[in-house]
Order: sequence, then C-alpha cells, then structure tokens
Amino acid sequence: MNKQLMGVINLIHEPDELEALTAGRCLATVPFGARYRLIDFTLSSMVNSGISKVAVFAHTKYRSLMDHVGSGRHWDLHNRQSGLFILPPIADDMSDLRKGDLYHFFQHRDYFMRSQADYVVIARSHMICNIDLSAVLEDHLARGADITVVCKKQDDHLSGKARKVKLDPDGRVIAMQDHYGRLQSDLVSMEMYVMKKDLLLDLVETSLAQGQDHLVRHAIMSRLDQLQVNGYLYNGYLGIINTITSYYRNSMQLLKPEIWRELFFEPGPIYTKVKDEPPACYLEGGKTSNSLIANGCVIEGTVINSILFRGVKVNKGAVVRNSIVMQNGEIGIGSSIDHVILDKEVQIEAGRDIRGVTDSPFIAVKRKVI
Amino acid sequence: MVRKEMMAMLLAGGEGKRLGVLTKDLAKPAVHFGGKYRIIDFTLSNCTHSGIDTVGVLTQYQPLVLNQYLGIGSPWGLDRRYGGMSVLPPYVKSKGGTWYKGTANAIYQNMGFIDRYDPEYVLIISGDHIYKMNYDLMLQHHKKKGADVTIAVFEVPWKEASRFGIMSVDDNGGITEFREKPKVPDSNLASMGVYIFSWPVLQQYLLRDEANKQSSNDFGKDIIPAMLTDGVKLNAYPFQGYWKDVGTIESLWEANMDLLSEMPQLDLYDKDWRIYSVNPNRPAQYISPQAEVTESLITEGCFIEGKVHRSVLFYGVEAGEGTFIHESVIMPGVKIGKGARIYRAIVGEGAVIEEGMTVGSLDGKDITVVASDEYIGMNQALQEVE
Repeated sequence: MNKQLMGVINLIHEPDELEALTAGRCLATVPFGARYRLIDFTLSSMVNSGISKVAVFAHTKYRSLMDHVGSGRHWDLHNRQSGLFILPPIADDMSDLRKGDLYHFFQHRDYFMRSQADYVVIARSHMICNIDLSAVLEDHLARGADITVVCKKQDDHLSGKARKVKLDPDGRVIAMQDHYGRLQSDLVSMEMYVMKKDLLLDLVETSLAQGQDHLVRHAIMSRLDQLQVNGYLYNGYLGIINTITSYYRNSMQLLKPEIWRELFFEPGPIYTKVKDEPPACYLEGGKTSNSLIANGCVIEGTVINSILFRGVKVNKGAVVRNSIVMQNGEIGIGSSIDHVILDKEVQIEAGRDIRGVTDSPFIAVKRKVI
Repeated sequence: MVRKEMMAMLLAGGEGKRLGVLTKDLAKPAVHFGGKYRIIDFTLSNCTHSGIDTVGVLTQYQPLVLNQYLGIGSPWGLDRRYGGMSVLPPYVKSKGGTWYKGTANAIYQNMGFIDRYDPEYVLIISGDHIYKMNYDLMLQHHKKKGADVTIAVFEVPWKEASRFGIMSVDDNGGITEFREKPKVPDSNLASMGVYIFSWPVLQQYLLRDEANKQSSNDFGKDIIPAMLTDGVKLNAYPFQGYWKDVGTIESLWEANMDLLSEMPQLDLYDKDWRIYSVNPNRPAQYISPQAEVTESLITEGCFIEGKVHRSVLFYGVEAGEGTFIHESVIMPGVKIGKGARIYRAIVGEGAVIEEGMTVGSLDGKDITVVASDEYIGMNQALQEVE
C-alpha cells in the first residue's frame, strides 16, 4: 500500500471534442477498448501503484460516472478507511461551474486535509496508459522536485491534443504551452502531476487569492521559475483521447497485438465494472478477423478490423469493417458498415449501407435506429 | 427479525470421482463449465432469480478453490446483512466432530444454522447440476398441493432411467414409489436432487435418521424411503427444460457441446435470467487476421491466431498461429503453441501444449483429458526432471 500517495482524478474542464459521444456523458465515461471506460485506465494505474485513496472531481454530466464507478468495488477501492470518493462541484449557481479546478479543489479542501497522505498525484481521464505511479513518486523524491509532471515523447500523437513541454538537459521543465502554442518540442504533458499535498493546498489558496483559478495554466505554468518542476519520461503506450479522430485511431491501435498485450496487462491489469455477460458466440457462417470482441457478442456475419463491445449482435450477411460498435448494438441482416462508430444500443436495420472515412468516421448517437 | 419463508441448503461437497484429474484439487461444484462459469454458478443464480436470499453452502471435499470462489457471495447478490451466503464446512464440536457422513447428515449437523432463520420451508439442492429453474414456482406448487415434501422430477430417456433415482407417481402427482438406480425401471421420472421440505417434517426425520445406526444418512437412500413408508405426503414437481448431471468426463464434454447447437436448450444469453459468476478481469478477446473461429464460444482475454471449430474456450486462452482446436473444451489460461492440434479433448486450467503437439484424435471415441497445469511437449521428460 502506498500510504503516502493519494490520487486525484480531475475531470474539471477536460478538453473534450468527442461530439456525439459526450452528448450525454462526461469524457471520463466514454466507452473504449471493447469493455472499458476512459477513466478505468487512470483508476487502475492508481490502484496498481498501491494508491488506496482516490478522489474523482466530477464536473458535468456525471450520472454515467456515478453509475460506472459505484462504490469503487471493482477497483478494490471500497475499503473502510479510504477508498473512492466522488466529489461533485459545490456550486451556489451554474456560474460557479465555469470556475477553474482550483476553485473546486478549494471547495473540497477538507477532503485533502483529512487525508493522511503527504503526496498527491493529480491526473486526467483522457490520457490512456498503464503506468506505475509509484515509480514517478520515487523519481520525484530522488530528484527533490517540487512538482513532477509525467511527459511522453510523441512523434505522431494520433491527433489527440496535449500541452507541449520543454525540458532542460537536467530534466527540469523550462517551458509549457497549451496545445495550440508554437513551442518547439516533441514532448507532451500527460497531465499527471505529483507534488506534496501541502504544496497543492498552498497553490490553491495563493493562486485563488491572486485571481487565478486553473491549476496547470495558472498555478504551475506561471511558476516554472520559482518552483522546481521536473519532467518524468514515460515510455509505454499513450493514447490521448479528446477528439473523434484520436478516439478512432487509438481504438484501432488496440488491434495491434503488442499494444493489446501492453496496455491491458503491463505493469498491471486494467479493471472495469464487470457485467455478467456470457462468452462471445461465433455461429456457423460467421467470419471474424483482426478484431477485438467482448463477451456477450453473437456473430453470425462478418467482422473485420473492428471493435465490438459487450452484447453486440452481428446478424447473418452483415459486414462490419473498420468500425467500433458499442454495447448492445445490433447490425441487421445483410447490412454493411465501414468506418463507423455506433454508440450504445444503436440498431442498424436490415439492408443498410453506412460509411465514413478514417479521419471522419460516421457516428450514430445512443439508441439511434437506422 | 423477519422470518425467512424458504432458505436453501446447497450440497457442494461432491468429490466428483468420475471426473478424474479434473477434480484432483477441486470439488465438483467448482469445475469450470461453459466458457466462464463454474458448475455451482447455475444453482446459485437459480437461488438469486427465485428470490432466495439465504443459502447455506455445505462444503467438504477439496474446499479451497470453492471457498475462495464463493467469498461472501457478492457475485450472486448474496452478501446480505441478514441471511446471505454462509459456507458451512464440517466443524469440531465439544464432543468431537465428524465429516458429513451423508447428504442428510450434512443437513442434520447444521440444524442449528437453519433454526437461526426459523424458515417454514427448506430447499435442498446440489451444486453438481447444470439447469435453470425457478424454485419459487416449485414452492407455489408445494403449497398448492399441501405437500410435506416436493421433489423435482425430470423425464429421462427410458434406456437411461436405470442411472437415476426413479419415482413412480399417481394421477395427482403424489409419489408412490422411489427407487435408486432400478435395474428395471417402471417410470422414467428421475429425481433432480431438488427437494422442498416443510421444515418441521424434515427436522423430525433428520433426528430419527441420525438415531438409526444402520442408516447411511442419505436423502435418496434413507430419508425419502422412510417418509414413503410412513405415508408422508410426497409430491412430484415436473420440470421441463435443460437439466444435466455433469458427473463424468463424457457428460461434461457433452454439456459444453450442447451450448454450441444452433438453438441451445440452455440459453446463456437470456437477459432476464443471467448466470452470475465471478467475472475475471480480462480485456476483450483478440481474433487475429489469420484466425478462423466458427460455431464456438470464446471468452474475454483469449488471444486467437489459429482455427477454432465447435469448441468452448475459457478466459485467457492463447492459441498460436496454425493451431487447430476441434470439438474441445479449453479451460482458463491454457497456452497452445504454434501448429498444435487439439481434437475432442478437455484441457485443464493452466495447461501448456507446446508447438506442434497433438492432443486427442479426430475419430477417437473417448474424450482426451489434459490435467490442470499439465505440460505437453517434446521435452516433457526434461520438464518433469526439473
């Protein structure tokens, strides 16, 4: 157990350009990888790093979040003393929701004070990775940093948007800019920050008192000269998921065996809310190739280069190519879809032909009948 | 406390001798079935769906895996403040303890447990069978008929009747005769090992049976015949649907294959009657570009690069390129090397089949069994020396 480190998953103002996929849910609960939600990766990484106390700062559209994480049981976070806390905004009216994360941290400062942990790691839900955070803390302590930010070298970031970071030869952050900035650097921030809890509380109060209310943009970026902010280089697989293109491309990455084996197993398994779905059933006449199939699927048609979530039915003669079909979707007899993302419970009737393209997949909203 | 109308006692101590190496370190109810389940999941899920929230699970033989699997019953919704699941192994009393001598003795030893809930009816079931049944409907039947005992019966083919406990029934459903494995059966109604007893009646017979030193303390052999002799009101409850005793290698294999027929009698996909189980946390299964999967059930965490036909694969099975799995049951975490062939076999949990090996044969009559964690490869001897 890593008693000295507590986890915060910060969902406040997460950059979200997932269009229809986040129409009724927050980014953290967007389904991903045939049976997961985005937040599962951060949650599991924290738990696998020995963290037993995790707070999720919910912001908007968080009904799906509460439903998904529940008591934290599926991540073994339902223990007596610590466990999982969902901290929704404490707002007098809707205008308070617009305020930055520091404001919301301030409103919940009691939560931080009550915790026994000395250190805190603040993370987001849209950085898909499997990371050992205790190694980050070790590095943080060894190098005597005030703040350690996890960075990743990105040659091709599959269209996800992330802050750019520039390090000096000693690994100290000398510049940091939002994704649209002109900073020349191949490093991006994974939006995971480790620091002393006391420093965080100090930053919260000092920054708010100076009229600043964003943790990274204000509190950290404007203090790069006063605080020693170090970069920690992460070498594993990273998917930055905040645009439709990046969602689609990163999903398709999962069809590469080496990425499947790494992201879901190393250094620890990714946990999610379990469902009592039976095994997937491959019927006579069906054909499946290069695909990721979840339990509960029934395949009588053809599935190629695709990702099927739990309980999807592909009827006789239907062809699913390069597509993502979420939970309980159904593809009617003889229909064909290509480069399509179907949200949960979408029904494609018999004989349809629907196509998108790689950079702009066709998206059907939840429960749509086509 | 609210009185429990009916509670269940689930006999899960079965040794399952006829399953050979599959039950070497495992009680029969904990044997894997159907791609992700264990046999006991079916009866436990039946309890949940029948509204029974108090279940005593009687364990005895090789209970370690089973105990760990059952936990506090959360997967079946049986982690309750009052009631819920209790695992009941034999225990040491002040005058010494004994093993459960028979099915009836197991209940006798736990009469104190049952009395804590003061039930009107006790349902006795076993964790050895695969079926979906609503015990509440059976209880309604029991009450309507004003019976003291109701026994669920199932029509078996006449030629197989001599393998079962067979009931003769009058026009009213009253049981007139009960014969354990009769050579010449005069009925084809087999007992499913599912009994509802009015608790005071059962209590009385358990005490009497225990006092009788000649008794083998078994429901089928002692309690039911004694009740019949005394004219206790025993009724049959006819059950229609899928029911299978998976006590032998052949029947276990068959029951798995039954799931692969076009319209399986046992519907695992019924959303109103989910079979609950401990869910392994594994990513979705990966089917590679070279893979060919037909008429099969495959579970999460599998990594398939070969050909799979008419087979059931449990979670975490890896089948390399060029493998061929035909009419087989592959239990969790089995690794199958490139080009290996498996025909008509049951491969136990965690076994390793090396590259190019062959297990079983296409036209073989018998089902080949590979034990859990067994290693099958060219340098098998070498491995054993290590």
